[in-house]
Amino acid sequence: MFINTLFNAAAICIAMAMAAGLYRAARGPSSLDHIIGVNAIGSKTTPLLIIIGVMYQRVDMLVDIALAYAMLNFIAVLAASRYFQKRRGLHEDAAPPSHNPDKG
Amino acid sequence: MLFVNTLIALLLLAGCLFLVGGAVGILRMPDFYTRLHAASLLDTTALICLLGAAILYVLTQHPDLNGVITSLKIILIAVFVFITSPTATHAIVDAGMRAGGKPWTRKNEEKQI
Repeated sequence: MFINTLFNAAAICIAMAMAAGLYRAARGPSSLDHIIGVNAIGSKTTPLLIIIGVMYQRVDMLVDIALAYAMLNFIAVLAASRYFQKRRGLHEDAAPPSHNPDKG
Repeated sequence: MLFVNTLIALLLLAGCLFLVGGAVGILRMPDFYTRLHAASLLDTTALICLLGAAILYVLTQHPDLNGVITSLKIILIAVFVFITSPTATHAIVDAGMRAGGKPWTRKNEEKQI
């Protein structure tokens, strides 16, 4: 059917966009670029799971998995960014304070 | 039926367009903040388009109580992503600012974090 072909094409497009995120997560210049890549991959996984459910006619099962994956991705990105903020902040306090004057 | 199929096709096409834009933004933007801008906004918009297509497909294939409950769950995922995606983006940008990363301009092109 025509719509199923379009859903398959959308899944392939999502996979190629995830490859871009994987490139940024593998060799980003800074450590925050790795978090950006992981966040991009994780936020694209939610529609990919739902489209996989549409393919196999089991949307009612895979919707719950997609919801759980979205929550897990959110918590992981939040924890990783808080961790790096704490590390860099502690490292920066030893430096002279004229580096970033409008810091909160 | 043909109208709904056309709507599903248009939504899928718009979602794929936003996904390609986000991928190009992640690959080619010069700075950490600009990359995050492209990634977060275009990902959220593409997710809304693709989930709308999935909702229409489920409602046309299963027009009973199970289909309605499944589409309500998909709407719940969309609302959840609308709440959590800006929060995660703000957390990453906050970590970058506290680490002392200056936003990219043409003047300080070499000084990145």
